[in-house]
Amino acid sequence: MKNEGETAERPDNTAFTQQRLPAWQPILSAGIVIPGFLLIGLAFIGIGVGLFLTSQTIQVLERDYTGFDKDSPCFSCTNPNTQNCTCEITIALSELFKGPIFFYYGLSNYYQNFRKYGVSKDYYQLTGDTKSFKSPQESCSPFDFDSNKNVIVPCGAIANSMFNDTFELYHIINGTKKQVPLDGKGISWWTDYNLKYRNPSFVNGSFAKAFDGTVKPINWPKPAYELDLTDQSNNGFLNQDFLVWMRRSALPEFRKLYRRITEGDYSAGLPAGNYSLTVHYNYPVLTFDGRKKVFFSNVSWMGGKNDFLGIAYLVVGSLCVVMSVVMLIVYAKFKFSDDDA
Amino acid sequence: MHIYKADQEPAVRSLGPENLLLKGATLKNTKKINGVAVYTGMETKMALNYQGKSQKRSAVEKSINAFLLVYLCILISKAVVCTTLKYVWQSKDGQDEPWYNQKTQKEKDTNMYVKMFTDFLSFMVLFNFIIPVSMYVTVEMQKFLGSFFITWDKDFFDPEIQEGALVNTSDLNEELGQVEYVFTDKTGTLTQNNMEFIECCIDGFQYRHRDELDGFTVTDGPVSKLQQKAGLEKEELFLRALCLCHTVQVKEDGAEETPGDQVDGVDGMFPQPEEERCFIASSPDEIALVKGAMRYGFTFLGLESKNMKIKNRQNDIEEYKLLHVLNFDPVRRRMSVIVQTKSGETLLFCKGADSSIFPRVKPEEVERIRLHVERNATEGYRTLCVAFKQLSAEEYAVADTGLREARLALQDREDKLMAIYNQVETGMSLIGATAVEDRLQEEAAETMEALQGAGIKVWVLTGDKMETAKSTCYACRLFQRGTELLELTVRTLEDGRTKREDKLLELLRDYHRRAVQDAPPVKAGVTRSWSTANQEYGFIIDGATLSLLMNPPRDADACLYRNLFLQICQNSTAVLCCRMAPLQKAQIVKMVKNSKGSPITLSIGDGANDVSMILEAHVGIGVKGKEGRQAVRNSDYAIPKLKHLKKLLLAHGHLYYVRIAHLVQYFFYKNLCFILPQFLYQFFCGYSQQPLYDAAYLTMYNICFTSMPILAYSLLEQHMAIEVLLDNATLYRQIAKNAMLRWRPFLYWTVLGIFQGLMFFFGVRFLFSNPALQDNGQVFGNWSYGTIVFTVLVFTVTLKLALDTRHWTWINHFVIWGSLAFYVFFSFFWGGIIWPFLKQQRLYFVFANMLSSVSAWLVIIILILLSLLPELLLVVLRKPRGPHSRQMAAVTPLSYKHLMERY
Repeated sequence: MKNEGETAERPDNTAFTQQRLPAWQPILSAGIVIPGFLLIGLAFIGIGVGLFLTSQTIQVLERDYTGFDKDSPCFSCTNPNTQNCTCEITIALSELFKGPIFFYYGLSNYYQNFRKYGVSKDYYQLTGDTKSFKSPQESCSPFDFDSNKNVIVPCGAIANSMFNDTFELYHIINGTKKQVPLDGKGISWWTDYNLKYRNPSFVNGSFAKAFDGTVKPINWPKPAYELDLTDQSNNGFLNQDFLVWMRRSALPEFRKLYRRITEGDYSAGLPAGNYSLTVHYNYPVLTFDGRKKVFFSNVSWMGGKNDFLGIAYLVVGSLCVVMSVVMLIVYAKFKFSDDDA
Repeated sequence: MHIYKADQEPAVRSLGPENLLLKGATLKNTKKINGVAVYTGMETKMALNYQGKSQKRSAVEKSINAFLLVYLCILISKAVVCTTLKYVWQSKDGQDEPWYNQKTQKEKDTNMYVKMFTDFLSFMVLFNFIIPVSMYVTVEMQKFLGSFFITWDKDFFDPEIQEGALVNTSDLNEELGQVEYVFTDKTGTLTQNNMEFIECCIDGFQYRHRDELDGFTVTDGPVSKLQQKAGLEKEELFLRALCLCHTVQVKEDGAEETPGDQVDGVDGMFPQPEEERCFIASSPDEIALVKGAMRYGFTFLGLESKNMKIKNRQNDIEEYKLLHVLNFDPVRRRMSVIVQTKSGETLLFCKGADSSIFPRVKPEEVERIRLHVERNATEGYRTLCVAFKQLSAEEYAVADTGLREARLALQDREDKLMAIYNQVETGMSLIGATAVEDRLQEEAAETMEALQGAGIKVWVLTGDKMETAKSTCYACRLFQRGTELLELTVRTLEDGRTKREDKLLELLRDYHRRAVQDAPPVKAGVTRSWSTANQEYGFIIDGATLSLLMNPPRDADACLYRNLFLQICQNSTAVLCCRMAPLQKAQIVKMVKNSKGSPITLSIGDGANDVSMILEAHVGIGVKGKEGRQAVRNSDYAIPKLKHLKKLLLAHGHLYYVRIAHLVQYFFYKNLCFILPQFLYQFFCGYSQQPLYDAAYLTMYNICFTSMPILAYSLLEQHMAIEVLLDNATLYRQIAKNAMLRWRPFLYWTVLGIFQGLMFFFGVRFLFSNPALQDNGQVFGNWSYGTIVFTVLVFTVTLKLALDTRHWTWINHFVIWGSLAFYVFFSFFWGGIIWPFLKQQRLYFVFANMLSSVSAWLVIIILILLSLLPELLLVVLRKPRGPHSRQMAAVTPLSYKHLMERY
């Protein structure tokens, strides 16, 4: 009787209830920490040197073609009344620009990350759901219907504001222009192109018919189904330029991949010489004090040129090393006095 | 009460307290009674005692509220800053509505101020995660689950009563680590309330019962003689007095065990050992006395229809007719019985406190006994004096009528009775004194010492007389040999020729000068300096003086008196308040509670008279003692023994406090560095309320990714081993005065959160100066940006907690690494599927793509390390604390700087 009562009332004598679970108590003693810091520091310095050197080998060529200054080649195109304006930018390369070369366009003071701008699209339209061709989501407003109440496809501010400057690059050899082939494939995310976005299926064997009853975005020169008439796999919502544009940039100053130079004579890069970049200037940015740029860059394993990472690793690495040295000194002092005491 | 019966004249009977049948009383010796129900409904004791148990809130909760206010201010100022800057920024040409982001007609039509207001609200929504709502849930869970560790603790299990600790509230766990004042009851708490008759003094001769030395037998003479023996007659008279003057009842059924049964080994000495007696009395002292008499050969057999039967040494049964009982009351501090012997003599026996008996006996008898009484009192015994008086027939007749009239009086019955009592109880002759020991609780002294070592001030509040209480204090080592006692009692007040009030002020001033002004200045934050060189003061005050102090004749002095009193008390190591009424106990607690700095108070007691004080203090502890369950029921925590208080405070309280304090700070910190990048992002997105993180991350951050590790930490953390905490009471001082939740640590955590938030945001910001982060030249967008920041964030705050964890059980490992793994798994999962219910597949393959970029990996690693670097340095520069570095743990963790100063 008594024993039973005892077992019922007496608290369980387990490690958990008595707060005696076996536990590991980490002690960051100087013996671990100082070498640890030193090791981390050295490793970081190593990585930092690698990053920095890699970043240094990356060649970048950057040209602002906004035409803000009167003497810049594209100044004439900044007049909003001019149509189909083209301007030429000359580029002189003194040495081989190693390939594969990536050709970016860049915008600044351009807020692709506005909240309202960001939600101004209809994902269902972009997956080829023709039901939503009739009733776009409200978030597309005011780019959901044109003045005649026709549905805009693709609707929304992002699609409407798609970058529409186009570029042609010519290699000037002995006064003659030789066009450098630009590769527009593989500039968007693989998943965007293959999984996320879908074109509407053909209606009566015609892609254009799928868009019946809809109108093109107001700022577009041509409808979505004519974005690339030469290549159906690059047409409609699966147009790579379109997909690149639809992936919103993080910051108001950004660059987006335009083309790659990987083919033909230029697969190894652009040889030294003079080049001419023909710009079909369509995209107005001066109204909001924006700038347009083009970048030619090759990339490494770490991506495009960015000195920040390398420097950061070098700084943190040296910081760790310095600290381990300081700690060693302090610790040595402390230890000696400890022994004396 | 008028009683009407069919065949009788109506009779008038008075009803008094002695007629009261309490709830649960059993009828004895009669088949039925007539009764009147009194004190019903709202007048029941239960309803009257109901104080509307006020909500007890811990200091931690108050800190939380203060911090919350700060964060609310941060939130509002963030929203205001963003709204203001937005409109400043928009006023620039072309910024408000660039062509690529035109407004809808509705937006254009909206009034600007309305827009501003909605913008402000939007920012509030965006930043609202800075307010750690989930903290409240976690805190409640931590408190609820954490309190089980108290109930489970087997050290609190008392095999005697087969019970462990009881937790009535889980709200105050951490308050146990913050206690500055302990108010303890004496009887039953410090002492066992297990009375034992130790010795008596008959006519100036001391009799001590020493059964362990030469267990005496009947032939040897029942009373062992110390020096000389008093006359046999006196001896027997004294023992008869002990046997008669009480209100003890005998429960013949010896088989049934009741708490009152204290009959033990002595039984064997009696011719009829089978007659096991069980005494029931309202006070354990009386039982001890009756038993003491039994040991000397006079056995109280019981009361049968007004006849008291006692068995004397010769085994003859003597019968006395009980005529009157002059009940005990705390004002008179004595009780008497009037009995009639067989031979017709009327005798009055009186027993009571020395102070109330001495004036009523012949002075020449006093001196012989006073010596013994005082010696016994200083030894910590409870003393009673016994006197008797033979009443002549006339005297008795007067007394009898007086008593009857007084009892029947409908008005001022109390006063009239008192007058009669006082009249009857005069001119007695003193026959002896008794000493009853109330033994100290196990480890009472150790516990008190530990509490004092922990910087806790112990106040003993008792209803006992000063000498007894004082000796208990010495026995408990509350007062040490070197302690200078400052007495403020009726005795000291009446020493001088001056008026009591003036003397009071004079004494207060004098003590104040000695204890407060002359004392070396005590460092702020340290309640008591630990060098022994300082003179320690003990302060003693009694109930009468206290009431004089609390309600001085001139109201203007009240404040002055109180301040002086409190300051003296605060500078004394121990304070003894004796002869306190239960209400005064609560009064004292309240006064200390509301004094400057509002210290945390703890009351511990076992009896119903401690309930008011238990309810009044911040933390009320009930001891599962002998005096019923009142205290236990009204307490916040109940423990079986006083000694458990040590572990409850020093180990459990300390740990709970550290845990919850860390929990609170951590929660604020993790939400700050969660939201700060989102705030900073507004400067880069045109103040458009663009969230940096995906909605799923925003929601899951506090719920799933970072909640479990801190919960596990707050339940299991032992920054120091429990043994170390118990061995080194001084460790308790480290966390005194809410040390971990003051503004300094709060500032530290806030700065840390800001630093890390800045790191996260700007680290990634610089990385994104060229968003082409993949080796195929493709660029990352805004969701990649947010995901990188978020990944760094989750890893950093979790690893920060890992750095703070000093006690890694498998549960900690599981939840910390599990949370991180869950985050990675969830991100893959969330981005790996096109979710049909989502309007936008924003995170589709964002996480996977991020991981495919070496730069993203590198930036995540370096940002985590950089954010933790200051923390790592701090951990390293602190002295290691571990189980095998006990001695190190005994001292405050020192940084190298401090150590260098020392050497």
